Amino acid sequence: MTLPAHAGCRRLCRGLLVLSMMLGAVAARADLHFLVPGGPGGGWDTTARAAGEALIKSGLESNASFQNMSGGGGGRAIAYMIKMGTKQGDMVMINSTPIVLRALSGQIPNSFRDLKPVANLIADYGAFVVTANSPYQSWEEVMDAYRRDPRLVKVAGGSARGSMDHLVAAQAFQASGGDGRKLAYIPYDAGGQAKAGLLSGEVQLLSTGFSEALELMRSSDARILAITAPETIADYPEIPTLKSLGYPMSFVNWRGLFAAPDTPDAKVAAYSAVFRKLLETPEWEAVRKRNGWLNNYETPERFLESLKQQEEQMARVMRDLGFIR
Amino acid sequence: MIEGMLTGLSAALSWQGILYVMMGCLVGTFIGMLPGLGPITAIALMIPVTYSIDPSYGMILMAGVYYGAIFGGSTSSILINAPGVAGTVATSFDGYPLARKGQAGKALALAAYASFSGGTLAAVFLMVAAPLLAKVSLSFWSADYFALMVMGLTAIAAFSNRGQFLKAVMMTLLGIMLATVGIDPSSGAERFTFGSSDLLDGISFLLVAMSIFALSEALSGVLRPDHKKLPGAILNVASATARRVAARDGGHKKAPAPSSKMGDLRLSREEVKDVVPVIGRSSILGFLIGILPGAGATIASFLAYATERNLARGEKKKQFGQGSLRGLAAPETANNAACTGSFVPLLTLGIPGSGTTAVMLGALIAYGLQPGPLLMHDNPDVFWAVIMSMYVGNVVLLFLNLPMIPYIAKTLALPKPLLTVLILFFSLIGVYLVSFNTFDLYLMVGFAVLSLILRQLNFPMAPLILGFILGGMLESNFRRAMMIADGSIAFLWERPLTLCITLVSLALLLVPLMDFLRGLKRPAPEAELSDNL
Repeated sequence: MTLPAHAGCRRLCRGLLVLSMMLGAVAARADLHFLVPGGPGGGWDTTARAAGEALIKSGLESNASFQNMSGGGGGRAIAYMIKMGTKQGDMVMINSTPIVLRALSGQIPNSFRDLKPVANLIADYGAFVVTANSPYQSWEEVMDAYRRDPRLVKVAGGSARGSMDHLVAAQAFQASGGDGRKLAYIPYDAGGQAKAGLLSGEVQLLSTGFSEALELMRSSDARILAITAPETIADYPEIPTLKSLGYPMSFVNWRGLFAAPDTPDAKVAAYSAVFRKLLETPEWEAVRKRNGWLNNYETPERFLESLKQQEEQMARVMRDLGFIR
Repeated sequence: MIEGMLTGLSAALSWQGILYVMMGCLVGTFIGMLPGLGPITAIALMIPVTYSIDPSYGMILMAGVYYGAIFGGSTSSILINAPGVAGTVATSFDGYPLARKGQAGKALALAAYASFSGGTLAAVFLMVAAPLLAKVSLSFWSADYFALMVMGLTAIAAFSNRGQFLKAVMMTLLGIMLATVGIDPSSGAERFTFGSSDLLDGISFLLVAMSIFALSEALSGVLRPDHKKLPGAILNVASATARRVAARDGGHKKAPAPSSKMGDLRLSREEVKDVVPVIGRSSILGFLIGILPGAGATIASFLAYATERNLARGEKKKQFGQGSLRGLAAPETANNAACTGSFVPLLTLGIPGSGTTAVMLGALIAYGLQPGPLLMHDNPDVFWAVIMSMYVGNVVLLFLNLPMIPYIAKTLALPKPLLTVLILFFSLIGVYLVSFNTFDLYLMVGFAVLSLILRQLNFPMAPLILGFILGGMLESNFRRAMMIADGSIAFLWERPLTLCITLVSLALLLVPLMDFLRGLKRPAPEAELSDNL
C-alpha cells in the first residue's frame, strides 16, 4: 500500500459524508409524500417521480418525497396506507388499472373502495404492435388469420396470464369476431423482454401500452395496427382505433392518485386542486410529452365513477374468459 | 464517427466529467456494499440528481454509480458471504473461502482487477460491434433461453466431485421449488402462497441469499465456538502464512502492516499467468450473454464459473469452491462484461434487458433522448459519452478502490461476537429496508434455521441459490417455448440454436458424471470445506 493510512481514512470519511447526505435527502420529511406500490423504475414509479418533479419545479409544492413499497401485487402498499392513515402526514399513492383487476381476481384483499380517490392524472391505451416485416398489414388481416386458426397469432405481453396485457388483447379479439378464450397469450417477465420476443420473431403480435408502443415504433420500425382509445388521438390520426375499424371495444388504462381512507374531504379536494393545476403547468407538459402520456384529469367524484365503470367492464371480461366465476 | 468519439472522450475527460464519474463511483461503491442495495437502487436514487446537469455528464455519473455498485456488491460477497445482488452470488463461491483462508485482500484486489478488465474489454467490444451485435441479441427465442438456463444449471457439477453429487442435485431441486412460490406467470394461478398475500410476489432473491448465506453463516459460527472456525483467529494464522508464502515468491519488498490482517494484496506472477486467460475468456462470454435481453449478469457469472471449472484440470479443478483464484476471476469478469453488454440492446434497440438498464432507459428518455438505431446519429455526443465514460469509470473505480481495500478488509478483523452481530443486523435490516415487511424477517429466520440444519448435515448451499435464481427463468422460458410450439417439445431438437446449446450443456454434464462414476469405485474424498457453500 502506497497511501498513508490517514489519507485513506479521509477518503473513507468523505465517501461516508456523501452517502449520508444522499440518504438524508431521501429520508427527509417533505411536504407531499408519494407512496409507490412497485419498485423503482416501473410505470408507477416513473409517474410518481415525474409528477413530484413537476410539482416542485412549477412551485406548486416546495418539496416531495417518494417511497417504494412493492409486494403482494401492489396490495401491501394499499394495506399500509389503510393502516397508517393520515398519521404519516400528507401522503398520496399512485395506482392504475391493475388495482381493479387484482381486486376482482382476489389477489389483493382491498379495492379502490377502501381508499379515497384524489385525481385521475393520465390515460394510456392498449396497443397491438407487429414488426416492420410482419406479413400482417392491418388489424383485419390479423383477425382473418386468427379466425382461421387461433394458433397462428401468438400474442406477447409483459405480464402474467390474466393480467392487463392479456385481458385487453382477449377482449379486443373477442370484440373483433374471434374467440377470446382461444387466445394464445405468451407471458414475458417484463415489458422489455416481451418487445425482444416480438422482434425475435417467436411471436406475431405484442399487446402493450400505447406509450410503450410509440417508443418501440420510434426505435425499431415496429407498426401499431390498432389501439383501444375511445376516439382517434389528435397527435396520431393515422393510427386506427378499434372503434374506428368498426369493433365495439375501448379500454383506458388510467393512472391516478389515492389518499388514505381517513383523509378529510377538504384535504382530498385540496390535493385534487393541486394536481388539476399541475396538469396545466409547462413543467408537467414537458414531462408528459417526453413520456408519451395523455392528460386525463378527473375530479375525485368523476374518478370514482370511472373506477366503478371499469370494474364492471373488466369483471364481465374476466367472467367471459373464465378467470373469475 | 471518429468525431463523435472525440466529443465523447472530451466530455468524459473534462474536469466535470472526471468529477462526476468519481462521485458516481464512490457513491455506487458505498451503496453496493450495503447488502440489499444494488445497482438498480443506486441508479434510481441518482436520477433526480442527474436531471439538473448536462445529459452527457448525467450518463457519466450514472455509469460511475453502476460500476461502483457492482464492485461494492462483490465486496460483501467476498467478506461476509452476503451477496447483495444475484450477479455476485457466484463471486462468493470462491471469494468467501479465500477470505476465510486469510486472503481477503488478494480476493478483493483480484475482484477489482477482474471487474476492471471485464468492464474495459466489454467496452471495447461494445464500441466495435454494437450495431452488429444488436441483431444477434434478437435472434434468441424462449427455447434458446431455456437451453441457456439448463447450461447454467450444469454449474452444479462444480459441487459433485466431493462425494455429494446427490446432495447438490437435491439442493438444486429445493431451490427450483422455492422459485415456484407466487403467481404463476403462465396461468395466473397462485402457487404455494397458502392464501397469504405476503407470498403473492414470490420469495425475493435477496431474502433467500441473505438467510442461507449470511445469516446461517453467522449463526453456525455461534453454534461452533470452535477456534478453527473463528474468522479472526483463522485470519491471524493464515495471513501470517500468506505473508510467508508471498515473501517466498519474492514478489514484493515490504510485508503489509500486521494490523490489517487481510493477507497480501498482490498476486504472484504465476497467479497472474493463471487468471489472465480466464479473464479473457470470461469477458467474451460475459459480454455475449449480456447482450441477450433475457439473460444478463447473473447467468453470465454462473456460466463463466461453470465453464472455467470444466476447463480446469487436476488440482486446479479441486480448488473450485474452496478458494480458487480462477473461480473468483471468472464470475467477477463476466458479470461486469455482461453489464456493459446489456447496453447493446439498450442503446441500439431501446430494449432494456435488465432492471438496471430499464432504469437507465427511463433516464435517457427523461433527457428527451430516444434510445434506438437513431441515437448514434441524432445524439452522437451522448452516445459516445456513455461509452467513453465506461473506460473512465472502470479506471477511476480501480484506482479509487484499490487503496481502500485494506480498510474494507479490516471488517474481517473485528472481534467475532461483534462481527456476528453486525452481519445479523445488516442482513435483516437489508431485507427489511427493501420490502418493509416483517413477514420477510420471520421467513428469513425460518430459512436460516433450515439451512443451518442442512449445513450441519453437509449439504452444499450454493446449488440451492443457483436453482432458485435459474428456476424461475428456466420455467417461464420452457413454458413459453412450449406454448409457442403449440405444446410440442420438438423445439428441443428442431431449432438448431437450441440443439447446439443443449448439446454443449450435455457435454458439460457428462464429463463430471464420468468422474463421479469413477470416483464411486474409490473411497469418496473428504468433504472438508464444503460447509462454506
